[in-house]
Amino acid sequence: MSLADAEHFVRDPEWTWYILFYFFLAGLSGGSYAIATLLRLSNHADEPAARIGYYLAFPTMLGCPILLTLDLGQPLRFWHMLVNTTPDDMGLNFKYWSPMSVGAWALVAFSVFVTVSFFEVLVRDRKIRLSITDRLVRVLDGVLGKLWNIVGAILGLFIAGYTGVLLAVSNQPVWSDTWALGGLFLASGLSGSAALLAWLAHHRRDAQYSAAGLARSERLFQVLELALIAVFVVTLIPLGAVDQAFGFPWVLLWAVALIGLAAGLRGPGVGRPSVSPDGTIAVRAARAVAAPSVGLVLLGVLALRAAVIFSAQ
Amino acid sequence: MEITPGQAYGFFTDTSVCIGCKACEVACKEWNQLPGNEPAFGDGFDNTGSLDAQNWRHVKFIDNVPDQPVAVGQGKAWLMMSDVCKHCQHASCMDVCPTGAIIKTEFDTVFIQPDVCNGCRDCIAACPYGVIEMDANTKVAQKCTLCYDRLQGGMEPACAKACPTQSIQFGPLQELREAAQQRVDVLHSQGVTEARLYGADDSVYGGLNAFFLLMDEPEAYQLPNAANAKLPSRNNERGYLATLITGVVAVLGGLIALRRRREGSPEPAEVPEGVPEGQGV
Repeated sequence: MSLADAEHFVRDPEWTWYILFYFFLAGLSGGSYAIATLLRLSNHADEPAARIGYYLAFPTMLGCPILLTLDLGQPLRFWHMLVNTTPDDMGLNFKYWSPMSVGAWALVAFSVFVTVSFFEVLVRDRKIRLSITDRLVRVLDGVLGKLWNIVGAILGLFIAGYTGVLLAVSNQPVWSDTWALGGLFLASGLSGSAALLAWLAHHRRDAQYSAAGLARSERLFQVLELALIAVFVVTLIPLGAVDQAFGFPWVLLWAVALIGLAAGLRGPGVGRPSVSPDGTIAVRAARAVAAPSVGLVLLGVLALRAAVIFSAQ
Repeated sequence: MEITPGQAYGFFTDTSVCIGCKACEVACKEWNQLPGNEPAFGDGFDNTGSLDAQNWRHVKFIDNVPDQPVAVGQGKAWLMMSDVCKHCQHASCMDVCPTGAIIKTEFDTVFIQPDVCNGCRDCIAACPYGVIEMDANTKVAQKCTLCYDRLQGGMEPACAKACPTQSIQFGPLQELREAAQQRVDVLHSQGVTEARLYGADDSVYGGLNAFFLLMDEPEAYQLPNAANAKLPSRNNERGYLATLITGVVAVLGGLIALRRRREGSPEPAEVPEGVPEGQGV
């Protein structure tokens, strides 16, 4: 069965650079928040690294609505994603079967969690020193704080992954021929976030303890990503869409994505912490957390999305 | 003809009598004040190209003439078809539209509200007929409205009014379906066995309010057949399920990766400031 026989694709939506970078930032923001929450819930010694994650989730999240809005034909009508302005049918707009509609609401909700967590860690790091903020942050101590982070992390995972589902329901060759894109984008966003957090943790003294765990989780996410790339290929084979997804020049982008994966996966045990005689932690300078390596991983995350987005249109 | 809100209306386009005059294209442009585009003359009579933001009617010329000479009476004619938005019952564009800009009107037609659309372009990819495109000036999605404004005024659509051969017929959907079936029966009785209806039943997108009598397979007109007419949302459940499984595996794996480090290495003596009370395990 050929692609033409199987489905009918006519016109592409011209989703290009803004959408590419939105998908990239959404993956990093959602992934950072989720990993930060895993760190915070895992071990109190990981709290400094968790705070880096919450810091990182904020600027990356800020870019998302900006890019999405700029991509619209009518940017000033961005709020129409949330509010139906049809005369005589005004009201909130939520279509559970439309990933774009669900994603718009999820992004709004996620931005609330990210913003609150960002200011929370600013206060906890004593970057903001006000009695009122101290009192407000204490609300997030205990169970309520955990719950807040867990809900935010679930939203973060959704934001990182729904972009792939959005493509899968957007009636284009490659995109609509697979169901693996949501998982693939999620794994890729997590691996990029873990690489960036591991590198940043290496540069914050009290967070260095977490660098090894982050490097290990990064490798795990990358193994997951590799497995999902394989699933992606397998799902394209029956419909003959492999050539379109991996043909020239897209194969070059896939090569960059794989180089990024290799950069993160190479060498077992990198970044493992060791204890010096005086009892302080010394983290071995690790290749995995070196800036060029992190750059390659992030470039790979971007290239993977570019290959998927541009090859189909 | 009296046009009553609440009743389903549509087009029956009989391609067997289309002569390719393009009066429908001109009438559509004139009524809807669509800009004319520069004609592009290639090796055929189609200088419109495709349905898009400027062309809400497009007369397709499908060269079905064999390259090699054939015996008298065995040649094939050109296929001509005045294409238009199908106003699907299960409209893919409406399925994906996140803003609610695409609605079903009181005449059971599919209409894009230009003041509600924000130009996200999801509907453009969703439409399996390539009907919708962004208008370069208004920056919103546009397509045939089935002359919504004329219907509201009790007038039939401009293209149907202008068609000199009655290839384009407008009317209540049920009446059109009956007329179309009669026309097919007549053609079959005359030996024109290749005549068939497309979209008159619910096999394609739940039925099309603008349906056709075709003189060949739908594929010859670049139309999806019943087997490959699928809604964009077909991948929703599987896509989310794959994401959910990935998320669960990633979270469990991430926790294990962090815990393994704990077991293998002592924790730092320094406790960070401001650790939330009750955090950590």
